[in-house]
Amino acid sequence: MAELRQIAFYGKGGIGKSTTSQNTLAAMCHYYGKKILIVGCDPKADSTRLILHEKAQSTIMQLASEAGTVEDLELEDVCKPGAGEFHPDNTDITEGYINCTESGGPEPGVGCAGRGVITAINFLEEEGAYDDDLDFVSYDVLGDVVCGGFAMPIREGKAQEIYIVMSGEMMAMYAANNISKGILKYANTGGVRLAGLICNARMTDKEYDLAKHLAKQIGTQMIHFVPRSNHVQRAELRRMTVVEFAPNSDQAFEYRELARKIINNDLKVIPKPLEMDDLEALLMEFGLEEEVEEEAIGKKAEEA
Amino acid sequence: MVAGTLEELQKEAIEEILKVYPEKARSNREKHLGVDSPEGVKGACDKTKSNKQTVPGVMSQRGCAYAGSKGVVWGPVKDMIHISHGPIGCGQYSRAGRRNYYVGLTGVDTFVTMNFSTDFSEKDIVFGGDKKLKQALEEIDVLFPLNNGISIQSECPIGLIGDDIHAVAKKHKADSSKPTIAVSCEGFRGVSQSLGHHIANDMIRDEVMPDASARKDFESTPYDVAIIGDYNIGGDAWSSRILLEEMGLRVIAQWSGDATYKELAIAPKAKLNLLHCYRSMNYISRHMEQEFGIPWIEYNFFGPSKTTESLRKIAACFDDTIKAKTEAVIEKYTKMTDAVIEKYKPRLEGKKVMLYVGGLRPRHVIGAYEDLGMEIVGTGYEFGHGDDYKRTKEEISKSTLIYDDVNEYELEQFVKILKPDLVASGVKEKYVFQKMGLPFRQMHSWDYSGPYHGYDAFAIFAKDMDLALNSPVWSHTKAPWTKTEIGA
Repeated sequence: MAELRQIAFYGKGGIGKSTTSQNTLAAMCHYYGKKILIVGCDPKADSTRLILHEKAQSTIMQLASEAGTVEDLELEDVCKPGAGEFHPDNTDITEGYINCTESGGPEPGVGCAGRGVITAINFLEEEGAYDDDLDFVSYDVLGDVVCGGFAMPIREGKAQEIYIVMSGEMMAMYAANNISKGILKYANTGGVRLAGLICNARMTDKEYDLAKHLAKQIGTQMIHFVPRSNHVQRAELRRMTVVEFAPNSDQAFEYRELARKIINNDLKVIPKPLEMDDLEALLMEFGLEEEVEEEAIGKKAEEA
Repeated sequence: MVAGTLEELQKEAIEEILKVYPEKARSNREKHLGVDSPEGVKGACDKTKSNKQTVPGVMSQRGCAYAGSKGVVWGPVKDMIHISHGPIGCGQYSRAGRRNYYVGLTGVDTFVTMNFSTDFSEKDIVFGGDKKLKQALEEIDVLFPLNNGISIQSECPIGLIGDDIHAVAKKHKADSSKPTIAVSCEGFRGVSQSLGHHIANDMIRDEVMPDASARKDFESTPYDVAIIGDYNIGGDAWSSRILLEEMGLRVIAQWSGDATYKELAIAPKAKLNLLHCYRSMNYISRHMEQEFGIPWIEYNFFGPSKTTESLRKIAACFDDTIKAKTEAVIEKYTKMTDAVIEKYKPRLEGKKVMLYVGGLRPRHVIGAYEDLGMEIVGTGYEFGHGDDYKRTKEEISKSTLIYDDVNEYELEQFVKILKPDLVASGVKEKYVFQKMGLPFRQMHSWDYSGPYHGYDAFAIFAKDMDLALNSPVWSHTKAPWTKTEIGA
């Protein structure tokens, strides 16, 4: 059996990381029989709901808080098998399965969510959650790499391949570039590599070209351009992934294609993040930003 | 080492020590080391850099902001409960560490030697500790109903995770109608414990000084004074207080050794604030001067010469009755201290001492040693500021090596080169020098002895120094086959 691959999804908040990652992982399981463990690293704990058909699963930190300490927990308490076809015992559609766990963390505005991620990942490793049968462990990490805790999944011995979910909007691209900086920081010590940009399309102007160009500039690939589709939303309302909800839809095939590319991906690089000036130049080149005269900076629309 | 004047030797010692440093460390450390003498112009006391970050990688003797607030300023307030808010270590390892003596029934109406901690674990870091703090405050009021207030001393993680302890304190104060004071003295703030003193003073200013309820029915006399900055280590404040009382003054508050919350709140009623530890409590003294118009003076109760000088300085602020009584006090005790000097001076005369301590001691204890005929050849502050060094100039009486935030390497080398007969410093240094065969006194908490303040205490001080220096043990520290003696 193949070696365990640890991958992680990063990207700007609200870009559709959790949706994209779950749909993609579902496709990897559904079409290619992969055995996967999802580790949600977001206090919102929404990285597994489509696989579990649940609102939100009980998180490691929440259960640890109830039990007293994290040492009081057992792996079974925090690791849930996926629903339906993703359950290990259900082999009707696929031999693959998906197990789910969420690190969890505090309410917004209190405590230290980053420490929660560190605690949770240490617990999973110590308890042997990364067993030999697995093909993939996938981390779904909140927003930007705001502190050391959220960089935990890319440190030594953790995720080796990072997929950045982005779109053609300026801030999403800015975030993608920033995350590349985080990867670069750990690339030499830990061996983490950037494995590609996933463009979760917003259908903005020249989005495809822009994403492709940015990927090239950073030294990676745009591994897939996922078009917008209402199926995604409809499936999500039923707490399902598209491959389960509409297995024969075009959108399901898009995820199948992305899944195939990830499974066969051999382009893993140390990123070359852009300087802020270069990034702005790139956006201007694609007409997202107009060239602004020096004296116009900081002036209102009617003044300029 | 070539023989020369003391000043030459001291200057050479500095050069020698700086040689081993890489360039960056050398240019940093050379600004903290120097030599000064009473007649020196723009010497080390005026120029020494201080209150700067310690050179990374050296063993510093400094503490942290939490140590300055909890360990020094707030901890001794006996009828309040001081919570070490965070993981358990900070509270447990600082427990009762400074021997701040107090009168009371521990666990009932006084709490100084107990350790109260919120004992943070992983889940408190992740989910925040405000709820646990609230619970701790409520439990304290149930278990220790005679507490007269609670202070919350922040450990490092509180500042990192951004808990709102001030809101929790405010709420508890409203609910319990007892003083509840949150102090943001996280250890990583500032360069030493000094910032912790300042933060602690600021919280007294903001939370205690405005509480006029304690002062409402206070009956004033013209002779009301407050002792500020005496932590009653081994009973220091008590042996100071009796002198002030004998000279006709009324001590209405002792800050903060053996102090109560009410004594903190009542201090603005004093006619004069008497400041002993300038470093840790000058801030609040200045505040009381500005806000309540209370003048303050510094004094020094180490050794009979300085005590007498200080008593006269204090008496000069009052009327002739006090002045007359003061002279009587001086006369009475001088007979006693003369006898002490007569007994011990012949045994200690001419012995050289090197000091390295914190707060006020690097300059204040010089006089006490000199009363015994001993000489200070080097002194320095762990966490002093420029104003401390300027004040040191007035105390030195010969060429003196000045070292700020001296590290273990430098102090050891200075001692090897200057060859003092006695080293007086902290517990971390104690065994290093004793193992070198050198007499040592731990001058942070008087080596489990004391008090050292006032006339009575001078007898103890003199005896302790004699015991350290003239103990027969030193004649056995050299192996029979080695000839030269160190420090003898």
